[in-house]
Amino acid sequence: MAGCRAAPVQGTVGQVIELNQLTKRYGQTTAVRDLTFTVRPGHVTGFLGPNGAGKSTTLRMILGLNTPSSGTVTVSGRPFRDRTRGLRHVGALLDAGDVHGGRTAAAHLAALARSNRIPRQRVGEVLREAGLADVARRRIAGFSLGMRQRLGIAAALLGDPPVLIFDEPLNGLDPEGVKWVRELFRSLAAQGRTVFVSSHLMSEMEHTADQLIVIGKGQLIAAEGLAEFAARGSGLSVSVRTPDTGSLTALLTGAGGVVQPAAGDLLTVTGLSADRISELAFQHRIQLRELTTHAASLEDAFMQLTAASVEYQAGERR
Amino acid sequence: MTAPAATTTIPGTPAAEPRARFRDLIAAEWLKLWSLRSTRWSLLISGLAVIAFNVGITYNTHHYWHQQHVSPAQFIAQGGPLLDAFTTNAGFIMMIAAGAIGSLVITSEYRTGLIRTTLAAVPARRSVMAAKAAVLAVVMTAFGALVAAISFGVTQAILSGVHAGVSVSYPGALRVIAASALLAPLSALVGAALGAVLRNSAAAAVSTVTLLVIIPIAVSDSRHWSALLAHALPFPAWLRLTTVPYPQAGTHFPWTVAGAWVVFAGWALLAPVAMVVAVQHRDQ
Repeated sequence: MAGCRAAPVQGTVGQVIELNQLTKRYGQTTAVRDLTFTVRPGHVTGFLGPNGAGKSTTLRMILGLNTPSSGTVTVSGRPFRDRTRGLRHVGALLDAGDVHGGRTAAAHLAALARSNRIPRQRVGEVLREAGLADVARRRIAGFSLGMRQRLGIAAALLGDPPVLIFDEPLNGLDPEGVKWVRELFRSLAAQGRTVFVSSHLMSEMEHTADQLIVIGKGQLIAAEGLAEFAARGSGLSVSVRTPDTGSLTALLTGAGGVVQPAAGDLLTVTGLSADRISELAFQHRIQLRELTTHAASLEDAFMQLTAASVEYQAGERR
Repeated sequence: MTAPAATTTIPGTPAAEPRARFRDLIAAEWLKLWSLRSTRWSLLISGLAVIAFNVGITYNTHHYWHQQHVSPAQFIAQGGPLLDAFTTNAGFIMMIAAGAIGSLVITSEYRTGLIRTTLAAVPARRSVMAAKAAVLAVVMTAFGALVAAISFGVTQAILSGVHAGVSVSYPGALRVIAASALLAPLSALVGAALGAVLRNSAAAAVSTVTLLVIIPIAVSDSRHWSALLAHALPFPAWLRLTTVPYPQAGTHFPWTVAGAWVVFAGWALLAPVAMVVAVQHRDQ
């Protein structure tokens, strides 16, 4: 899976995000439990989990904003809080709302850049890159959520950092913005950077990430490539449109597939590949009008795994 | 098209990182303060309010001068000119305004969530808070000095119309100006410290006013224990420094000018320390 991306450039071995038995408790509640994983350079790594799974708490611990109850977390080999200045090491967008609405976009970025001794010209560069050059002198209070996301991403890029962290960056973005963000993340990873992106929607990650870290109820569920993760699910699903739904259903069921009627002449098949369905239909002279493979199994895999974790957790507690 | 401009070099270990300097943090906080329109407006309005209170009282003195049956010499000997130069009410306004501005510098970052952006950019939390305290102290000292100087100049010019004004060289005049000027940064730092501890705009504003205004009004200095408490607070210290001649009738437990300056200095040091300690160990 990673092979289709540019290989990590030399000298990037150190710039990993490394969590070791990371745990955060708030009183009786354990938000993050015993989390151990590594986020490597050269990939866009998706950080997935249902709402309340502990994603934001984990990201805050990575950034040294929250102190772990136990365990350790380092970025490029050091706890982030030990850095005197952060922007050249990690660029982060935690919440697009973490800005003061009374400032202009340019002023917000200028202050951040100044604090890290980043040249002023860099502000203009990241504003142009984020498509905010025209609104640079406007106050952030008037920005839409999508524009704030762009501003947050611009801020993360200020220090040209080897590690980038984004918490739900696609929220509120229009389709053009989503496309821009995906291309940006891919190109950042292709340059050998570590890109760690959280989301609660598998569908968002499907076309963005190539590595996945999935958590549920604060615990690790999976840490693997997108393909391996997809293989955990109930297999690919295939949509088939045919004038002879009865015969095809019988045929495919006989060949080991699970066939569910969708709408009208449309069937949803799992357990058989599109190739195999096409072959069987051809052999039995059944006409097919449409044959589509869906990657929806990723979403299925995600739902199954996280649902299991939720049930397990709930059962354990009672 | 997809490459993030030509600005990116190949990222490795950020070798070219310049040495971290405290003055960059000062500059950043300076930019943050002045990039908010509310800063200029609140300083302008509070400054005008303080000056208006002083000038108003002085105009009143001047206007009804002939009904008072006091000679200019008597008026000056009783401390009248310096009392009008910076009135007690103006002192209250100054403390409330500066305290609110100071607490907002911190609580607005918590209210908006900006504090997380700030601390993710500069993980050295103590330095961030020290820079905030320094910028606040400098700006509010300049503000206080300007307001106190204008107040003195205008009030004495008005009083000189009835030959009852004094010059800066008059004994105690400079101290009145200095103590009144410093009341601004002192109150701002106390507000900022309470803002950092409480992290909530309303709570910080109420407690700042309580500490600076309400408690000093509530404690009388007619008992030894309450006089001790009063003499540890900023407002009574300012009163001590601006009351010329001293002690005036009814003072039960007089204290020294040096003692009052020590109280000023103590709060000015304690407040930044509280700011730094408050953010250092808590989750943000």
